[in-house]
Amino acid sequence: MEQKPFAITLNPASSLANHTGTWRTMRPIYVDHLPPCNQGCPAGENIQGWLYEAEEGKYEQAWRKIMEDNPFPAIHGRVCYHPCETTCNRGQLDEPVSIHAVERFLGDYAIEQGWQVEAGVATGKRVLVVGAGPSGLSAAYHLARLGHAVTIIEAGPKPGGMMRFGIPQYRLPRNVLDAEIARIVAMGVSIHLNQKVDNLETTIKEGGFEAVFLAIGAHLSKRVDIPGRDAGRMIDALGFLKGMDGQTVPKIGRRVVVYGGGDTAIDAARTAKRLGAEETILIYRRDRGHMPAHDFEVEEALEEGVLTRWLHTIRQVDNTTLTVEEMTLDEQGRPQPTGRIETLEADTVILAVGQEVDTGFLENVPGLDISSDGVIQVDASMMTGRAGVFAGGDMVPAERTVTVATGHGKKAARHIDAYLRGSEYRKPSPNTVATYDRLNTWYYTDADKSRQPYLDLARRRASFEEVVGGLDKDTALLEARRCLSCGNCFECDTCYGVCPDNAIIKLGPGQRYEVNYDYCKGCGVCAEECPCGAIDMVKEVR
Amino acid sequence: MSYQRVKFYQTGTFTVGNRLLDESNRTVQAGMDRTNSLNSGHRACQGCGEALGARYALDAVMRATHQQMVAVNATGCLEVFSSPYPESAWQIPWMHSLFGNAPAVASGVAAALRAKGKTDIRVIAQGGDGATVDIGFGCLSGMFERNDDVLYVCYDNEAYMNTGVQRSGSTPPRAWTNTTQAVGKDPGNPMGIGKNLPRIAMAHGIPYVATASVADLHDLEAKVTKAMSIRGARYIHIHVPCPLGWKSDPAHTIKVARLAVESGLFPLFEAEGGEVTDRTPIRKKVLVEQYLELQGRFKHLLHPRDEGALEAIQAMADANIHRYQLLPLKA
Repeated sequence: MEQKPFAITLNPASSLANHTGTWRTMRPIYVDHLPPCNQGCPAGENIQGWLYEAEEGKYEQAWRKIMEDNPFPAIHGRVCYHPCETTCNRGQLDEPVSIHAVERFLGDYAIEQGWQVEAGVATGKRVLVVGAGPSGLSAAYHLARLGHAVTIIEAGPKPGGMMRFGIPQYRLPRNVLDAEIARIVAMGVSIHLNQKVDNLETTIKEGGFEAVFLAIGAHLSKRVDIPGRDAGRMIDALGFLKGMDGQTVPKIGRRVVVYGGGDTAIDAARTAKRLGAEETILIYRRDRGHMPAHDFEVEEALEEGVLTRWLHTIRQVDNTTLTVEEMTLDEQGRPQPTGRIETLEADTVILAVGQEVDTGFLENVPGLDISSDGVIQVDASMMTGRAGVFAGGDMVPAERTVTVATGHGKKAARHIDAYLRGSEYRKPSPNTVATYDRLNTWYYTDADKSRQPYLDLARRRASFEEVVGGLDKDTALLEARRCLSCGNCFECDTCYGVCPDNAIIKLGPGQRYEVNYDYCKGCGVCAEECPCGAIDMVKEVR
Repeated sequence: MSYQRVKFYQTGTFTVGNRLLDESNRTVQAGMDRTNSLNSGHRACQGCGEALGARYALDAVMRATHQQMVAVNATGCLEVFSSPYPESAWQIPWMHSLFGNAPAVASGVAAALRAKGKTDIRVIAQGGDGATVDIGFGCLSGMFERNDDVLYVCYDNEAYMNTGVQRSGSTPPRAWTNTTQAVGKDPGNPMGIGKNLPRIAMAHGIPYVATASVADLHDLEAKVTKAMSIRGARYIHIHVPCPLGWKSDPAHTIKVARLAVESGLFPLFEAEGGEVTDRTPIRKKVLVEQYLELQGRFKHLLHPRDEGALEAIQAMADANIHRYQLLPLKA
C-alpha cells in the first residue's frame, strides 16, 4: 500500500473529474439571428456583415461583402431611402447607425482605389437584358458573376436609366454613376445604346439568347386633364429632368409651378430653383403628411426656398394664370374639393403626377400578363408568363425605388441562373429576427450619429453641386463601430468572461466561442448577458 | 473609479473584451491564457455569483503578482463547493483552516513569508460575508490594526447560504432569510441593524478599501490590481448575488448585481487611509424596486406593496447616491 501522510487516505484530485454538465436542463447554443437592417434592405445586403468588416478598418472586405448583393454602393449610399436605418435597433437606443453614410464611403473609396469584381467562369449561356437602369444593370452584374454572357439593349443615349434621367446631379454626381456602371462593363457585359427592341421574340431568336430579363422601367409620364389654352407652358417632370442630362438645358420661366407630391415633383422643383426660377411653387392635392415624397427631401426643398401649396389642385391653366382650388381631406385622407377658388401666376407648369410603363414592344409576346395599369405580372421567381422571360424594376408591381429595382435584378439573376441550369433557386429560409428586446444594451456606450456635411444654402440654390457630403475615413470607422451587431456574435468575450464555470471556450480571433458541455450547468448567464443576443437557451435533450 | 476607462467606441467599454481593442487594454478575463484560479467542476449552484467573483478577483491577483501568491480561505460556500475531499478546483496555493480565523491565518502566512525573505509572494485572505462581518470579524479587525500585508476579499452574498440561508450582519433590511421570515408586522430582516464593513474597514485607517461588483468587471479588476500595488492591510468587498438565497433566476446573477449598483443600493467606491478617494458613477439610474422585484426574498414587499418599506429602502439608495456622489452633479 502506498505510503500517505497521517490521516490522508486519498490522493489529491482535480475538480475536473466532476462533470457538472449533467446538472443541465437548458443548454446555451450560439445562433445567428437576422439583424433588422438586413431584413429591411430591399437589395438584400448583409449590412451587419459588412459593417463588421468596416469596424476593423477592413474596407475592401466590407466593400466586397456589399458587392455580393449590390453592385452600386456609392450610388445607394446617396440615393437609397435606407429602410435599414428605419428598422435599425440602435434607433431605440439613441440614433440609428448611419448605414448609408458608411456605404457611400466604402463605395467612393472603392472607386478611388479602382477595386474591380471578376466575372465568373464562362458557362456559354447568353442572356438578354432589356434596359440599362438599376434593375437591368444589377441583373447583368449578377449574371456575369455567375459566368453568363450578358447583352444589354438600352433605348437611351447613356446607361443608368432613372439613376441618370430621374435623379438630379446634386443628389447623384454623374462621375459616381459612370464609375459604378463602368465596373460592370469591365466584367464583359456589353451595353448597346440608342437601340430599341421592337419585337422581343425576333430579338431573342436572332441573338441566340436563352433567357431574357426585362427592365425597361416606367418612363411614360402620366397625363392629367387640365383644361388650358397654352399647352406649351406645360411640361412633364420626367422630360424636364431628362433634359438636364442632354445638350441643352430645358427652358423655364421665372415663376414655376410643379404639380405633384412625389419624389419626382420635389426633384423637379429643386432643379427649377437651381436653373434660376425666382419662384417655385409646389402644388399638391393633399397635405405634407400625405405626400408620397420622402420627408427629408421635402425638408431640403423647403430649405432651398421652394414654396408649397398643400391641399390645392389645378383646375385650369389660362396663359400665365392658374386657377387653383383649395381641397380638404376626408376621413380616408382623400382630397375633396371645397369650392374655394383662387388664381396664381406662373410661366411654366411642370407636371409630376406619376409614370407608366411603355409596354408596346411586348404586345406579341405569348403568355405575358400585362395588367390594366400597364405593369407586367411576374411570379415568385420574377418570371413572366412566357418561359425564360423575367422582368423586374419599375415595370413590375412593387415600390419604385432604385434599391427595390437593384434587388429585383439580383433576385431575377439567381432565378435566371437556375433556369439556365435546369434547376430551381431556393432562397435559404431567413433566421428569426434579432429584435431589440434580445439585446442587453447596458454594454453599449452612448454615441451620437456622425453627421454628414451639407453644402451651404447659397450654393445649393445656385448650382448642381452635390448637396450632402460624405464621411471621411475616421468618421466612417466610428460610425461603423456604432453597429450593435444585433443577433450576431462580435467577439466581445462577455460570454467567456461571465460564465461562473469556465464552460465557454474562446477559440481565438475570428473563431468565436464554443460551449464546454462537460461543465456547463445551464445557468443561462451567458445568454442573459450577451450584448447582441447571439445565444439562445434551448431545452436539453438527453 | 481610479482608472481611466478605455472609452472604446460603442461596444467595447463595458464588455469583457473586444476584438478591436489592444490585448493589453482588455480585461484579464478576456485573455485566452486566463489562469482560471477557480477551475471547472466546482460544485457551486447554477449562476453562482461568488464563484464568478472569486475567479475575477484571484485571476486579477495572479496577473498582478505574476502568480506569486497564496490564498487563505475561510469556511463558507466558496470553501465547501471548491474542495470536497479529495478534489480541489483551485489552481493556486490555497489553504483552509476555520470559519473565524482566516485573517489571522493569513497574517501568519505573511509573517512566515517575511521571515523567510519571500516578500514577493503575496497573501490573499477571502471569505463570505458571514466569515467576514460576523464570525471572523475580531481576527479581521486585528489584521487591519496590525496593518499586516494581506489583501482580504469579502464575497458578500448577504446571508449564510452554505448552511441554508440564515441571516448575517450583512443581510439587507426587510430581506427574507430562514431566520428572518416574511411574517408579522415588519416581515423579513429588521430595518436599521447590520454592519457596513467597508466603512468599518475605513475606520481602521488602512491603506486601501474598495467595493466592487461582479456586474462591473473592468472596475473590479482595476481595484484588485490597485490593491496589489500597495503593501499593508487592504480590503475589497465584492457584491455577489446568490440565486439560491436571494430566490432569483440563476441567469439573472449579473443583472441583479448590476441593478444593485445602478439603483445606488451597492455603491462602488475606493478609500485610502480612511478617506473616500473615488467612486464609480451610476450609468443608468434605476429605482430600488427594479432591483428588488427580481428577487423572491423581497417578494413580500411588492405583493402586496409595502410602501413604507419600499420608501425606506429607496431612501437608503438615495443616501448612498448623495454620500458617494454617484450621479454626476447637475451643472
